[in-house]
Amino acid sequence: MSLVNYATREITCKIVYYGPGRSGKTTNLHYIYGQVPEDRKGKMVSLATQTDRTLFFDFLPLDLGSISGFTTKFQLYTVPGQVYYQTTRRLVLQGADGVVFVADSQTRQLAENIESFQDLHANLAEQGVDPRTMPLVVQYNKQDLPKELILPVSELSDAINFRDVPEFAADALHGPGVFETLRGISELVLRRLSAGAGATPASR
Amino acid sequence: MQVDPRARFENYVVGTANRLAVAAARAVAESPGAVYNPLFVYSGSGLGKTHLINAIGNHAQQRAPELGIEYVGLEDFVQQLHAAMAAGEMERFKQRYGRVDVLLVDDLQFLTGRRETQSELLRLLNALQGSGRQIVMTSDRPPAEISDVDERLISRLSGGLIVDIGAPDYETRVAILREKCEERQISFAAGVLEELARVEFGNVRELQGALNRLSAHQSLDGTLTPAQVRSIAGLPEPAAPPARTSVQTDEFFSFLTDIASAVAAHVEPWKVRIGEAVAYWSGEGYRTSALETMMSMSEAPPNYESLLRGYGQAVEQLRELERQVTTVDARLGGSDLFRDPERLAEATTFVQNALAGAVPPGGPQPAFARNGFEESAANQMAVRAADVVIAEPGQRYNPLFLLGPTGVGKTHLLNAIGNELQLRFGAGGRVACVSAQLFIEELIAALQEGTVERFRARYRAADALLIDDVQFVGSKERTQEELFHVFNHFHAAGKQLVFASDIAPRNIEGLEDRLRSRFEGGLVAEIGQPDRPLREKLFIRFVADARLSVPPEVIAYLADRPATSVRELMGTVQRLRAGLESLGVAATLATARQILEPSGMTPSSAPIAVRQAADTFFLDDEKIVWEWPDVAGRLVEELR
Repeated sequence: MSLVNYATREITCKIVYYGPGRSGKTTNLHYIYGQVPEDRKGKMVSLATQTDRTLFFDFLPLDLGSISGFTTKFQLYTVPGQVYYQTTRRLVLQGADGVVFVADSQTRQLAENIESFQDLHANLAEQGVDPRTMPLVVQYNKQDLPKELILPVSELSDAINFRDVPEFAADALHGPGVFETLRGISELVLRRLSAGAGATPASR
Repeated sequence: MQVDPRARFENYVVGTANRLAVAAARAVAESPGAVYNPLFVYSGSGLGKTHLINAIGNHAQQRAPELGIEYVGLEDFVQQLHAAMAAGEMERFKQRYGRVDVLLVDDLQFLTGRRETQSELLRLLNALQGSGRQIVMTSDRPPAEISDVDERLISRLSGGLIVDIGAPDYETRVAILREKCEERQISFAAGVLEELARVEFGNVRELQGALNRLSAHQSLDGTLTPAQVRSIAGLPEPAAPPARTSVQTDEFFSFLTDIASAVAAHVEPWKVRIGEAVAYWSGEGYRTSALETMMSMSEAPPNYESLLRGYGQAVEQLRELERQVTTVDARLGGSDLFRDPERLAEATTFVQNALAGAVPPGGPQPAFARNGFEESAANQMAVRAADVVIAEPGQRYNPLFLLGPTGVGKTHLLNAIGNELQLRFGAGGRVACVSAQLFIEELIAALQEGTVERFRARYRAADALLIDDVQFVGSKERTQEELFHVFNHFHAAGKQLVFASDIAPRNIEGLEDRLRSRFEGGLVAEIGQPDRPLREKLFIRFVADARLSVPPEVIAYLADRPATSVRELMGTVQRLRAGLESLGVAATLATARQILEPSGMTPSSAPIAVRQAADTFFLDDEKIVWEWPDVAGRLVEELR
C-alpha cells in the first residue's frame, strides 16, 4: 500500500500490533484512543468476543490532520493473538507499513512471546516481505506487574529482540510507554519515506 | 489612464477560484466585442480584479496594436467627467470615450448614488456596445448589489457575462508566492512559502504583504526557517491546538508534533512540488507520466524546477493548440493528443494539418474522367489546354479559364483536370475543386463563425484550385476579395488555377477589374456547342452506355440532328431508349425516326403538320398571339 500519495497529498500508515494472546495489544489501542481529543476521534472498531478477547481484529483510525500539507492518517490494527487465528493474522498483516511487537513481560509467557515473534517473521516471509526491511519495534508490556512475576527488560531483550530493533518498556493499561512505542514505530515508518520505499504516487 | 503593462495573463496565477473569470477574460482579450460584452468581474478586494482587467488590456493590445484601449478607475472617470463639465468640454469628453475600442472600467461599486455619472456611463455603454466595442468592468460586488444605481444601468451591466473571483486556495497561494518570488528574484528556504501559504489569507494583497515582511526580515537576519514564518509575518500560530490542561491530551499532541516534524523531515520538498503538479495537472485531465517518472527517482533531478515549468508551458501550448483546432472543427478538441505534453510535437503537427485542411475543400468528382471527354473541333482548344495544364500544372496556362454555354462539358473538363492533377500529385497533394456557389456558402459560414482565417488556410493549403461556375462571384464583393487573395497566393506559389464559366470574364456583371484581368491573364479557352463529329462520338458512347444496339446509320441520323449541348444529346438517347422499350422493337432508322419525330414527320415539317391538323383558325398567323403579355397586362386590357 502506498504510504505517501503525493498526488492526493495523503500520508497513510498502517501499523499492526502483533504479539501473543493477552499481551495487551488491544489495551495499547484503547489507551491511545482514550488520549485522542474528542474532535479528532474516529470510531474504534473492535470485534471482540464476549469475554473481551479480540476475535478478529481491532482497528483504530487516527486522523492526524494536515501535516506539512499532507492529510495524515494512521491506521492502527491489532491481530488476535491466539495461535488458531493464523489466517486472520496474515490478513491483517497484509500491507502493513510497520509492526509493533507487544511482548508479555511475565516470566511464564516467555515461550509464547518467542513463538509469536517467530510466527510474525514466518508470516511476513510468506507474504514476500523481508522481515529485515519491515519497520519493527518491540514493546515489553505489563512492566507494572510485581517484579517477581516479570522478567527485566534486559533479559526480555536478550530472549526476543535478537534483531536489536528499538524496544520500549510499557504499562499499556495505565499509559507509560504506549505513545513512546507509537512514536518509535512512526519514526521508523516515516524514515522510509526518504528512502523512497513505498513513496510512489497512486497510479492513475 | 494607461493599462498597467506589468499586469499580464502570464503572471496571473490561475486556480480553481478564478478559472472561469480568467477564461472569460482571455476570450474577451482575444476577440474584443465578439463574446461576453460587457464582461463584469466581481470579487472581494485584493483578489486580482485589477490585474485581470489590465491583463485583458495588455493582451488585446498585443494582439491588435491598432485598438484603442482605455483603462479607467471609476473615481478617475468621475473626476474627468466633472472636470469636463466644469470646463464646458462635455463634447470632448464624450468623443474621447466614444472612440475607444476596449473600455476597461475598474471599481464600479463607487457608482453608488452618483446619478450624473450613471447617466453618462449608461449613455457611453449604449454607444460603445451599439458599435460592437468591448466593455469590461469590475466591482467588489455583483451589479444587482451595487446600491442606488439606475435599473437600466444594472440591466445593461448584467447583460453580458458576470463572473466572480474567489479567494485562492492553498495550492494557488503557493503558486502566487512562487510567482512573486520569481518576479522579485528572492528565494527562501524550503518550506517557508508553503508555511506562509498555509495561512488562510482571504486576499492576495495581504499575502503579498506577508511575503514582503518575510523578504525584508530575511535580508536582515539571514535565511529564515519555516518555523519562524508565522511570528515574523505577525500571524497567529496555526489553528492553535486549543490549550488543554489535561495531561492526557498533551500526550497525543506531543506525539502529533513529533510526527509532524518527522514528516517534514522525510517528505522531500521537491517531491511535494512535483506531487502538487501531478495532482493539479491530472486533475485538469492531463497525462502526467513524465512527472510521475521523475517522482520515482530517489533524488531530485537537478533541473526539476525548470522541468516543471516546461511542463506547464507545454500544457499552455497544448491548450492554445486545442483552442486553434476547435475553431476548425469542434470535434477535434478534447482529443487525447491535447492531454499529453509529451506528445506536444505530435499535437502541433496535427493542428497544423488540421488548420491547413484536415477538412480540405471539396475535391474533383471522380465520375468525370479525362478519357471520358471526347475531343472535336468545338472544344479542341480547351481540351489541349487542359492536357497542358495536367502535364505542367501551374506552368503554362495559369489560370485556365474554360468558357462555354451551359451543358457543353465545362464541369466535366474541369473535374477531369482535377482528377488528373490529383493523380499526378498523389495522396499527399490536394486538389480543391468546388463550385463558386459552394465557395460563397463556405465563406459566409466562415464569416458567421468567425473562422475566415481557417477558410483561407484550407484553400491555400491546396495544390490546385478549380472553381466551377465562377460567374456567380459577380457582385459578391467579399467573395471576390477572398478569391482575389487566394488567387494571388496560388499564382505566386505557381499552383494551378482553373475556372469555368458560361460568361466571359469581361461580361460577368459586377466582377471587379482586378479579378477580371487576372481571369483573362491566363488562357480563356472556349468550348463551343458540339459539332457533328463530336455529336457522333458522343452518341456512340452514350448508346453504348445505355446498352442499346444501334446500327451506324441510326447514329449518323442522330448525329445529324442539331444540338446545342451535350445534355441535349443525352436526353435524345434517353428518349430513344424509352421509346424502343415501350414499343418493344429494335433500333432502326425507321423506329428511331418514329420515336424522335412524332407522327413520323421530319423536325422541319412538324410545325406545318400541326397547322394542318388543327382548326383552320390557327392558320391565320395574324390571329395567333405568340407572345402573350403578362397576366397583369391582360387584366388591364380586359378592364378597358
